Amino acid sequence: MTALTDSQKLAYVASQAADARVNVELETEGMTLNIGPQHPATHGTLRIIVRLDGELVAGADPVMGYMHRGYEKLTEVRSYPQITTLINRIDWLGSFANEVPFILAAEQLMEIEAPVRARWIRTILHEMSRIANVTLFLGDMGVQLGALTPVFFAFRDREHVLNQIEAVTGGRFHPNFDRIGGLKDDLPKGWIADTKQTMERVRTFCDEVEDLLMGNEIFEARTRGIGIIPPDVGLQFGLSGANIRASGIDWDLRRDNNIGLAYDELDWKVWTHPDGDSFARYWVRLQETREATKIIDQLCDGLPSGPVMAKVPRIIKVPAGEAHVCTENPLGEMAYYLVSQGDLVPFRVKIKSASFNNLSITPWLLKGVYVPDVITILASLYFILGDLDR
Amino acid sequence: MGLGLVESGRFPKPLTKLLNMSRKYSLWVYQWGLACCAIEMGAAFGSPRYDVMRLGVIPFPASPRQADLVVISGTVTDKMAPPIKRLYEQMPSPKYVISMGSCANCGGPYWDSYSVTKGIDQILPVDVYVPGCPPRPEALLEGIVMLQERIQNEDMAERWRGDPIVVG
Repeated sequence: MTALTDSQKLAYVASQAADARVNVELETEGMTLNIGPQHPATHGTLRIIVRLDGELVAGADPVMGYMHRGYEKLTEVRSYPQITTLINRIDWLGSFANEVPFILAAEQLMEIEAPVRARWIRTILHEMSRIANVTLFLGDMGVQLGALTPVFFAFRDREHVLNQIEAVTGGRFHPNFDRIGGLKDDLPKGWIADTKQTMERVRTFCDEVEDLLMGNEIFEARTRGIGIIPPDVGLQFGLSGANIRASGIDWDLRRDNNIGLAYDELDWKVWTHPDGDSFARYWVRLQETREATKIIDQLCDGLPSGPVMAKVPRIIKVPAGEAHVCTENPLGEMAYYLVSQGDLVPFRVKIKSASFNNLSITPWLLKGVYVPDVITILASLYFILGDLDR
Repeated sequence: MGLGLVESGRFPKPLTKLLNMSRKYSLWVYQWGLACCAIEMGAAFGSPRYDVMRLGVIPFPASPRQADLVVISGTVTDKMAPPIKRLYEQMPSPKYVISMGSCANCGGPYWDSYSVTKGIDQILPVDVYVPGCPPRPEALLEGIVMLQERIQNEDMAERWRGDPIVVG
């Protein structure tokens, strides 16, 4: 490197001084921007108070509780079969996935094990609710960036998955199908063939969305390098699911802590991305949707025969004790801590949902970004308000 | 056609019919999505399968000030109720309300919750109740068609003289 000449040094000092003068002149007054509580980017009813310095965000405070329905208190006055009706509605896009950990916790306390076929069908429906959940994210992310087409594709192909869920359970959104000791019913006739077709459709949808968004200059410019979560910070805030996997941490409860579901017997992969930005979070979810279709295909091929319900007493009383079960929900880690005193109703149910932790990073993450990126980052974190407030 | 004629209640019948028909087929809907029902409402309004625009319903107004109809879909909590009332008051008259889903109708599965408003009709006059948890998109479309029938047969004089019509 050559040494700077005196004139160069002077020019540098002069330019710095000029910059400083301009900065003093352009110093902006702070402004407070209120986003929500009803805003399309917040997936429901989240309010975010953003303090702005010009175009930059100086601080962001999420205000939640607009969707608080008092689940933990309500579960104390509902019997065990009634609770599944209620907890369906925590994360309303992936309803079946909410039932599974609760039922598993109750089964642990009652020392009942579901038959193998029931476990496999549970895994199929668990993955289906993941697809129903994440496809909407894949479309919605485009909407937040001004691309309207992906969301129409998402709604179109999601309907086929919902049809399959409806064919088994009778409910498009809230199946209420999982029982302590197994499942309510077996699969209907011809369902397996239909499901394989649907999975093919979902894979086509993934390709279409990838064609539309990945490589699109605007999409890349708005997501690459925006909202970076380093792995250590992500762990400190307790992120889970695709958000932490997009920061390069290889952690998936389906593989690492598989209780009562059939993931161990399948050949599948946990996707991670080293970048940790909005793009990485989108990419990981896209790959996970593809992986979910592969998982369902394998499950359909190898579905064992047998009963779908174990022997369970008619009146369900759960023996006294405590159980903690966590599974990988579409949004991340979902855990139920169930305390029973041997009654018809639980003594206490502590629900840990993924969205709360995933949102808790926003005050840290939104500091110093530009206003338009607030929407992108919120969309890429992907929380659902029912899951957040409960 | 001055507004004075409308307000006086002596609006010629054929003109009333024409006016009502044009109102009925250009309903601008403000989507107030709150919970699970919001996704079914999105499926009804935003998805190609149910295509609500063929009914003359335009689902994307920029603000409630441009809307004729608001669909309250989902659980209304006590914390959320004041903003809902405030935005309803910003809508220009004549305005209609569809309450979608059990939660907005009466509290639904949260009937004994400490934080849920049991029924949006406690704070707004509701025109159409759509039951279900959540209702299928077809049910919402049915509710909209029923509302359109009501608008078609509405007596303008009655509407403009004051009291809003509330369907039970």
